[in-house]
Amino acid sequence: MQEKKIRVLIAKPGLDGHDRGAKVIARALRDAGMEVIYTGLRQTPEMIAETALQEDVDVVGLSILSGAHNVLVPQIIEKLKQNGQDEVLVFVGGIIPKKDIPDLLNAGVTAVYGPGTNTHQISEDIIKATQRPPK
Amino acid sequence: MGKQLINTLTGGDKLTLSRVLTQVENNTAAGNAALEELFPHTGNAHLIGITGAPGCGKSTLVNCLALNLRQSQNVRNNPRVGIIAVDPTSPFTGGALLGDRVRMRDLSGDEGIFIRSMATRGALGGLAHTTAAFTQVLDAAGYDIILIETVGAGQSEVEIARLAHTVIVVEAPGMGDDIQAIKAGILEIADILVVNKADKPGAENNARALRTMLEMAHSPGSYAPSRKHLLSSSPDKSVVTDVQNNEKKWTPPVITTVATEEKGFNELLQAIEDHHNYLKSSGEWEQREQANLQLEFEILIRDTLTMRWIEKLPPSVYESTMRDLYQRKIAPHTAVEKLLAYNK
Repeated sequence: MQEKKIRVLIAKPGLDGHDRGAKVIARALRDAGMEVIYTGLRQTPEMIAETALQEDVDVVGLSILSGAHNVLVPQIIEKLKQNGQDEVLVFVGGIIPKKDIPDLLNAGVTAVYGPGTNTHQISEDIIKATQRPPK
Repeated sequence: MGKQLINTLTGGDKLTLSRVLTQVENNTAAGNAALEELFPHTGNAHLIGITGAPGCGKSTLVNCLALNLRQSQNVRNNPRVGIIAVDPTSPFTGGALLGDRVRMRDLSGDEGIFIRSMATRGALGGLAHTTAAFTQVLDAAGYDIILIETVGAGQSEVEIARLAHTVIVVEAPGMGDDIQAIKAGILEIADILVVNKADKPGAENNARALRTMLEMAHSPGSYAPSRKHLLSSSPDKSVVTDVQNNEKKWTPPVITTVATEEKGFNELLQAIEDHHNYLKSSGEWEQREQANLQLEFEILIRDTLTMRWIEKLPPSVYESTMRDLYQRKIAPHTAVEKLLAYNK
């Protein structure tokens, strides 16, 4: 009698070495009742897509502080699709200039969050987007 | 999922494999149907459990072990390796942070390795309720060796001994003296003992304490505890006698490793192969498999009976009995008797 849990992969693509933000989000989503897979720093798009596939996640959260989001995010979305995971929702957080946000959304990102976003807001958005109660 | 699920899985379709695991984990009708179809194709994989205290290096050891197993010629020829990494679910929020993959990044990109993290979802013995079912799915999908990493275990999370063919208990230096080594519990279930972080001070003392403990347990004439007590709630007496009379009784080796530097893994691989050969030649492999299946069956029938019984019980009767219990009018045991009698 298990209920379906929301499974989230929190990943740090690219080369920046700061994952405090990613860990704060991972912890917040855990506290919202989700199962959060965290993979550590410096993941390639291939590694992230492979993990998302093996873990059958509903959501991929990408934390990027390096400025490489315009390159990395579309690559990751493309690889998820190649693996047949079209329905996986992609959220992006980090240092993202406002002018880049429309392009990311066009590439298939569900939402983009900047510094100082309320973590409660993020978990609410994820629950709403996956259309399931968190429990 | 259709009739050809087994072909899809052995053909290497990782998306289907991953989705089947989710269905099984959520205990859905589709998941049960998949297990039913796959079950006749199970029983081939070597299940290896890795357990030990939080922070002793289980995930790093699994990473290194999987890398070495993939290259090994002697255990099996380039075996495909499935990994199930279990981490705890929060008892307060129901959420979980599954972080074992952080230490397993070297395994990324290898087509012959499949890693799946799972949360305990309320189970207490160091595994999730569906971990055994996960091993069946991976087994049917053609993974030759399945590494099962338990949650960081304390002294009594010994469920892995009921599931795995080979249990590796990992210790790290500085976590207890020889009194810890003679306590009951997790050390008793070890088929192989590993002292990891052997570059740290105290590792040699730790290994010596473990060896002394093993000499006490396995010296001639001593009562060596049989794992059969663990394996089934109603052990088959003849099985117990057979194992104890066996001349070639297995004595767990103590191996020192430094998983971050890949030291000690030739010895560990050899120990795994030796144990595999021992299980096969002594007949213990079949005994363990049968005991595991019996236990799985017993748990399932208990859960199913409880569920069906509760479904038939009017909620009002249940609630009024609970109220009596909360007010300490009746003892828990009496409450159970009362409810069981009602249903008759």
